[in-house]
Amino acid sequence: MLAFNFFGATEGGLFDINATLPLMAIQVVALTYILNSLFFKPVGKVVEKREKFVSNNIIEAKNKLSEVKKFEADLLTQLQSARTEAQRIVSEAENESDKLYKEALELANNEANASKEKARLEIESQTSAARDQLSKQADDLSELIVNRLILEK
Amino acid sequence: MFFNSLLTNFAALEVGQHLYWQIGNIRLHGQVFLTSWILLGALLVFISLGTKKMENDPKGLQNLLEFLWDYIRDLARTQIGEKVYRDWMPFIGTLFLFVFVSNWGGALIPWRLIKLPSGELGAPTADINTTIALALLVSLSYFYAGLSNKGWRYFEYYVHPTPIMLPFKILEDFTKPLSLSFRLFGNILADELVVGVLVFLVPLILPIPVMFLGLFTSAIQALIFATLAAYYIGEAVEEHH
Repeated sequence: MLAFNFFGATEGGLFDINATLPLMAIQVVALTYILNSLFFKPVGKVVEKREKFVSNNIIEAKNKLSEVKKFEADLLTQLQSARTEAQRIVSEAENESDKLYKEALELANNEANASKEKARLEIESQTSAARDQLSKQADDLSELIVNRLILEK
Repeated sequence: MFFNSLLTNFAALEVGQHLYWQIGNIRLHGQVFLTSWILLGALLVFISLGTKKMENDPKGLQNLLEFLWDYIRDLARTQIGEKVYRDWMPFIGTLFLFVFVSNWGGALIPWRLIKLPSGELGAPTADINTTIALALLVSLSYFYAGLSNKGWRYFEYYVHPTPIMLPFKILEDFTKPLSLSFRLFGNILADELVVGVLVFLVPLILPIPVMFLGLFTSAIQALIFATLAAYYIGEAVEEHH
């Protein structure tokens, strides 16, 4: 009874192959087309759109990043040159101020020397004048003394 | 004595009984079509709901469907290759979904509560007609894929490393659909029988782990069927250098 049920080919049985087979095949093919238009195409469109969006964004971000890096490098070189320029200007200004200081010092020294010299000359002339006057007065005095001595005699 | 009672139990499971539909000259297994229509209808409703309002930020069902789509794409892409997987993805995906929905539907829904005049409702994949139909579709597909992609050069595949392979490769064309159909049929039918017998003998608790095992087997069989179908198509379109 069991054997008949399992392998019976005349009526029923596990291996009873009939028109179910081609109809099921047609049904599966139809299902493929239905699922393609209902599921695979629309979902694929959305997913691939999003994947494209994401990859585009990544590319864009990478481009931006490289641009930023370029800018950064640019700015760094600019900063470097600005620094050297600043250094140059500072050292130039230092030299300049040094020079000016030296000039001013020299000028002041000269002036001081000149006025010292003038003062010395003046002192000298005044000294000599005073000495002349003194010697003249001494002469007068001595003459006076001499005259008085002579007169008394 | 025990053996006899077992036999009657088997008989009570109604193995190999069908609900026959007679249309003109042809006879159909009605229970296979009934369950497949119910399950495919549920699948289509599920998919229509999920794809009704597609958004760029997926929510709820759309998320699940996108995951499924991605899974099927990965399966098709790894087996068939980057070049032509797009053409075959709907077919592979349909095979996977059909087998998966049939297996799980057969295992999860208590069909036995619905009484038929003859036979009983169950997984459509537990009927040999369904699995042979699927396997023959796979055979046709890989022949079509090979011929449409490489023309007559497809037959180079038969003598590929050496002409000694020719008889084996020809034999393969027969063993491929045979193994595909019988693997699926055998696994699903065996699962149904084991669960049926266990439920009949020990109606409480004991069948539950076997049922879980059955769910696992069902999912694995769907994956195996789809993967092998994709692999055969990939083998047919592969370029030999």
